[in-house]
Amino acid sequence: MEAGTVMPAPALVRFSGIQKTYDGEHLVVKNLDLDIRKGEFITLLGPSGSGKTTTLMMLAGFEVPTHGEIYLSERPIKNVPPHRRDIGMVFQNYALFPHLTIAENIAFPLSVRKSSKAETQERVSAALRMIKMESLAHRRPGQLSGGQQQRVALARALVFNPQLVLMDEPLGALDKRLREQMQLEIKQLHETMGITIVYVTHDQSEALTMSDRIAVFNDGIVQQIDRPDALYEHPVNSFVAHFIGENNVLAGTVETVERDYCRVALAGGGTVAARAINVSGAGASTSLSVRPERVAIVPNGSSGEGPNRLPARVQNTIYLGDHALAVLDVADNAEFMVKLQPGAHHSLKPGESVFITFRPEDCLALDPV
Amino acid sequence: MTNALLTGANASTEVPLKRRLRRAERTRQAKALALVLPLLLFLLFTFAGPIAGMLWRSVEDWEVRQVLPQTVAALASWDGKDLPDEKAYAALASDILAARAAGTIAIAAKRLNYALNGFRTILTSTARNLKAVPEPGTAKETLGKINPAWRERATWTTIKDAGGPITGFYLLAALDLTRNADGAIVAAPPDQAIYRDIFLRTFLISLGVTVLCLILGFPVAYLLATLPPGKSNLLMIFVLLPFWTSLLVRTCAWIVLLQSKGVVNDSLLWLGFIDAPLRLIYNRFGVCVAMTHVLLPFMILPLYSSMKAISPAYMRAAASLGAPPLTAFLRIYLPQTLPGIGAGSLLVFILALGYYITPALVGGAADQMISYFIALYTTETANWGLASALGAVLLLATVLLALVYGKLVQGQQVTGGMKN
Repeated sequence: MEAGTVMPAPALVRFSGIQKTYDGEHLVVKNLDLDIRKGEFITLLGPSGSGKTTTLMMLAGFEVPTHGEIYLSERPIKNVPPHRRDIGMVFQNYALFPHLTIAENIAFPLSVRKSSKAETQERVSAALRMIKMESLAHRRPGQLSGGQQQRVALARALVFNPQLVLMDEPLGALDKRLREQMQLEIKQLHETMGITIVYVTHDQSEALTMSDRIAVFNDGIVQQIDRPDALYEHPVNSFVAHFIGENNVLAGTVETVERDYCRVALAGGGTVAARAINVSGAGASTSLSVRPERVAIVPNGSSGEGPNRLPARVQNTIYLGDHALAVLDVADNAEFMVKLQPGAHHSLKPGESVFITFRPEDCLALDPV
Repeated sequence: MTNALLTGANASTEVPLKRRLRRAERTRQAKALALVLPLLLFLLFTFAGPIAGMLWRSVEDWEVRQVLPQTVAALASWDGKDLPDEKAYAALASDILAARAAGTIAIAAKRLNYALNGFRTILTSTARNLKAVPEPGTAKETLGKINPAWRERATWTTIKDAGGPITGFYLLAALDLTRNADGAIVAAPPDQAIYRDIFLRTFLISLGVTVLCLILGFPVAYLLATLPPGKSNLLMIFVLLPFWTSLLVRTCAWIVLLQSKGVVNDSLLWLGFIDAPLRLIYNRFGVCVAMTHVLLPFMILPLYSSMKAISPAYMRAAASLGAPPLTAFLRIYLPQTLPGIGAGSLLVFILALGYYITPALVGGAADQMISYFIALYTTETANWGLASALGAVLLLATVLLALVYGKLVQGQQVTGGMKN
């Protein structure tokens, strides 16, 4: 991956006006337009039922779009059966063939392509080396741990050099530590092999860790497609702000709008200045989004004026090892989180009155929830 | 926890730990045993007992021993090379007189007639014509005069062979073998050599029915395993329907359907496909059709359960890896249904081996299977020895098949374990 490429890579996959319904009444995917670039690691992120898996299945060829067309390398593939799409796929439960050994599993895509015995053997052993499992080549999938099965599934999906690799919540069945390790391994494979990966997950931290770009799905619509940091820093609506990372919501009404900023009267009392991202104008109701780490707690009675200074009452504090959280009652939000330095939670007593302050650029005025 | 680990690790205290485990398990095991005891006893009396009895009867030989005890004793030392000595003739004469008085001649005559055709006449004519115990030293001459057969060596070897207490006669007969006058095992005379053909016929019909069941049952089981629950439940009811109908009723229904003025022939005639009624019943075709119908659920159910366990993700994975549908089916789906195919085929095959009513009702004379002959010997001719021997051979073949299957399935389980 070269840093700072100017020319965008050509789109490897293009979804054009895709709609999908199963029952003829509800659209599971509503008007999807999405470009996936060559060599990119793109994650389809969203809650269950948001249409992300359906999108992946349409790309793999297991579901047919009700409307629209999908292009792979500029070629429409709506009527191409899955086995001719040249797309590798890693499934949620690995789907390793239980009656074949590890080596036979990995050799399967090569043998159905009738590659020569020598070449098959060479590529299978290279794949086994890649996942560091040469010694387990003759075991059956049932004799492996979940993490090992996952590696085999990965090797099997990569061994035939597909144009594209799809992964459907591949780490969902693993425990947390193993999941984090596999995230790094998959990311490393992606970078060293330069493959294009479309990854589906509902775990936002997984998406943030691995992806070049993330498409946030909700209700059959892509809410936002962007780099992980951009999604976190510049969410375009309340759903994205809430789904990615921790987020505090304050309801209010827009009083005035001035260029990029607006003044918002909070429903629970007080006014604050915020960046106007997704508000229609003065008089509209809005949801303010403030990240817990962008808020400071000011002891009661201390001097110093901030632009956004609100009274708050400490509910309690939560100790989390590397940091601590204070749960405050601010305006109408009784679960307003503020991230504290470790140790700072000792100075806060439940019931204590304090002030919080945050910069207007860290407070986003978004659509009301 | 730590304590237990330490005790377990210490080799010198390992035995007490094992003993404690046994003691702890003992009450539980006793309870479990008490629960299965009624069934165990039931099986012992209705299943294991009769089978043991059958096996014993296939080798038991008591008739001659009981009716002609002195003769059997006298022949014990006979080398069989020449005619026996005067002592044996005298013993036979006295045995025959005693048996005539007791009215048991027919028992021995029947048994000896199995081994040597015409022995019944020899024995009964001798019994009729022997007035009194011959003078000492004249028994040989007297008996020889009454029936010249007593001057033949084969007559005496037959008595010696049938002297018991155990015999291979019935088992050999069940395999179309017999002993000649010298005691060597030779092929039975052609007019008696029918059982190999019948066994072969039984196996061929069973095999044909098994193959038909597999061909017809596989797609149905696949449908059952892949249809949405509502539809598959309905289909399952249709599959199970035959289970709730009497075997006799189902077989008779086939007679109604297949006879020369039956539904099938009438329909074909009416449609003009044929000019004269086809012969669909009282032949091999009718037997195979009716048996396949009756046994189909036994194939479908094991197939269904093995297919139900195959996640649809496997076929998707195979397709995503580039396998066309047929390749994916042959290389991924089919191998995973092998345990089900094996279980279903074995079940159908073994059940078919023992079929009696269906072939008897819808088959011709040349389609009767081995159980028909077993029934014939037990109920009609009361030849328990041969009936038991035929049963024993059938049992042996079935057990061998089951063992082979067990080996195959075990191999599958060791290699085919999966997590999902």
